Amino acid sequence: MQQSVAEIRRLIARHKFWDYAFAIVGMICLMVGILVLLSLFADLARTGAPRLTPAFFTSFPSRMAEEAGILSAWVGSVLVMVVTACAAVPLGVAAAIYLEEYAPKNWMTAIIEINVTNLAGVPSIVYGLLALGLFVYILGFGQSILSAGLTLALLILPVVIVATRESLRAVPGSIREAAYALGATRWQMVSDHVLPYSSAGIMTGIIMGLSRAIGETAPIITIGALTFIAFLPNSPISPEFPFVNAKWLMDPFTVMPIQMFNWTSRPEEEFQLNAAAAGVVLLAMTLAMNAVAIYLRYRIRKKIKW
Amino acid sequence: MSASVQATLKAEAKDLNFYYGDFKALKGISIPVHDKKITALIGPSGCGKSTFLRCFNRMHDLYPGNRYEGEITLNPDNVNILSPKVDPIEVRMRISMVFQKPNPFPKSIFENVAYGLRVRGINKRSVLEEKVEVALQNAALWNEVKDRLHDLAFNLSGGQQQRLCIARALAIDPEIMLFDEPTSALDPIATASIEELMDELKDRFTILIVTHNMQQAARVSDFTAFMYLGEVVEYNDTKKIFTNPDKQQTEDYITGRFG
Ligand SMILES: Nc1ncnc2c1ncn2[C@@H]1O[C@H](COP(=O)(O)OP(=O)(O)O)[C@@H](O)[C@H]1O
Ligand SMILES: [Mg+2]
Repeated sequence: MQQSVAEIRRLIARHKFWDYAFAIVGMICLMVGILVLLSLFADLARTGAPRLTPAFFTSFPSRMAEEAGILSAWVGSVLVMVVTACAAVPLGVAAAIYLEEYAPKNWMTAIIEINVTNLAGVPSIVYGLLALGLFVYILGFGQSILSAGLTLALLILPVVIVATRESLRAVPGSIREAAYALGATRWQMVSDHVLPYSSAGIMTGIIMGLSRAIGETAPIITIGALTFIAFLPNSPISPEFPFVNAKWLMDPFTVMPIQMFNWTSRPEEEFQLNAAAAGVVLLAMTLAMNAVAIYLRYRIRKKIKW
Repeated sequence: MSASVQATLKAEAKDLNFYYGDFKALKGISIPVHDKKITALIGPSGCGKSTFLRCFNRMHDLYPGNRYEGEITLNPDNVNILSPKVDPIEVRMRISMVFQKPNPFPKSIFENVAYGLRVRGINKRSVLEEKVEVALQNAALWNEVKDRLHDLAFNLSGGQQQRLCIARALAIDPEIMLFDEPTSALDPIATASIEELMDELKDRFTILIVTHNMQQAARVSDFTAFMYLGEVVEYNDTKKIFTNPDKQQTEDYITGRFG
């Protein structure tokens, strides 16, 4: 029995109704999410705008809201991020290379793999507690930039490992075989080919990790960051040879989210403006990092397409 | 048999078995590979041609669970290249390979060809430049790319990419070159240029080529092995195989009655 053309058309019309219906529902859901975020951001920006002056970036926190700034906070954030990157990148990338290219595929590595993925979901305060014991007391780094950087490095290590492994896996087997067939050792294959070809993805993973770390508050409070700091750590650069020094690693510090937290918990209305302004700066830092990640991915992907 | 049989022996498979885990993919293969000749492996898809070819550069060592039995001896030193005592990297430095799908590195044309040399510790610019040029000339690609050696290899056409892969395999002066259906991903014109190229290479290199295109085997090779279900049914002079094979099964295959 054949359907008539009219019947077929009716059928299509009915199917298409649901097509349109979902498109509209989906669009509304998307808009709710985006509009809420955008209005929050706009509100933050509007509230903070009067405080976003150059002086805000060059002043220490103060008892007077109008004079208070984020100098110690952004310097602290930058220095902590440097430590985090220096620790998490080599550790994470090396671990990922080992797991992906070297480790034999057996139940041991399977368990390690599952746990690395699970570690990404551990609440950050748990890392804070762990770090308090390990870095602050056992290793004696104290409540320092070093402790904070290492704590956040631990926190983002799973993210870096997972992102790196995914990028390594994206390099096709035919490229690996091409390198091996020319007599390359495993390390030559990895360092001359797989690693450079997956660098965009690895870099993206690192930046995603860092942009998560820069906003973390709980673990940093746990290890004892100060909420009010009116001085800078020692400068990492010194005028005499060898031009760098490591004293800053052991200095007390504060970071952007903690400075914000400190201001929001003040009773004075005035300080809320500072908190909003610091929030805008923090968001801008995160967005800028993500923009760099997207740019890198775009640039390198354009060159390498399998 | 004809005069070409008097060629010297470059390598020889002796009673070779190969296993992917429990699956026996090659069963008692014994054929010679003559020096400065082209030996073709033909047979229906899945009969083990690639598996056999990839024994010659120990490619199977890259994956767990694979196992060789028997020997492939390589002359002049008469070493069994399948022996666990022989480092697969050493084997791959002596025997190079061109794959089914062109697989250039996402690097420049120059760096693609130079890579095998770099692996051998040759990093001097002048030496690299000279060897890369010779290899590209041997692969009949030089004239097309000499003005853009530092362009990305991905910008070349499929046929050019495959010739680049041939140049890459040639640059290291291999004792044997393995080709695994090198033209199956190419159009007829690119295929013709690769076949022409092989014809030029055969006086200087020992070549082992897998093809499921019988005309190709007939056109380019000196010797042919017909494989079926992991065994070599017949190994003979190419002319003999295609005009008057010894085995009925070979005749059925080349006349298109099966496969
Ligand atoms: N990696 C592998 N693991 C298990 N079996 C394989 C693998 N590769 C090939 N085989 C099997 O080995 C046989 C020969 O395969 P192959 O050498 O690729 O054939 P051909 O190149 O002649 O088409 C086939 O039955 C195929 O299914
Ligand atoms: Mg094959």
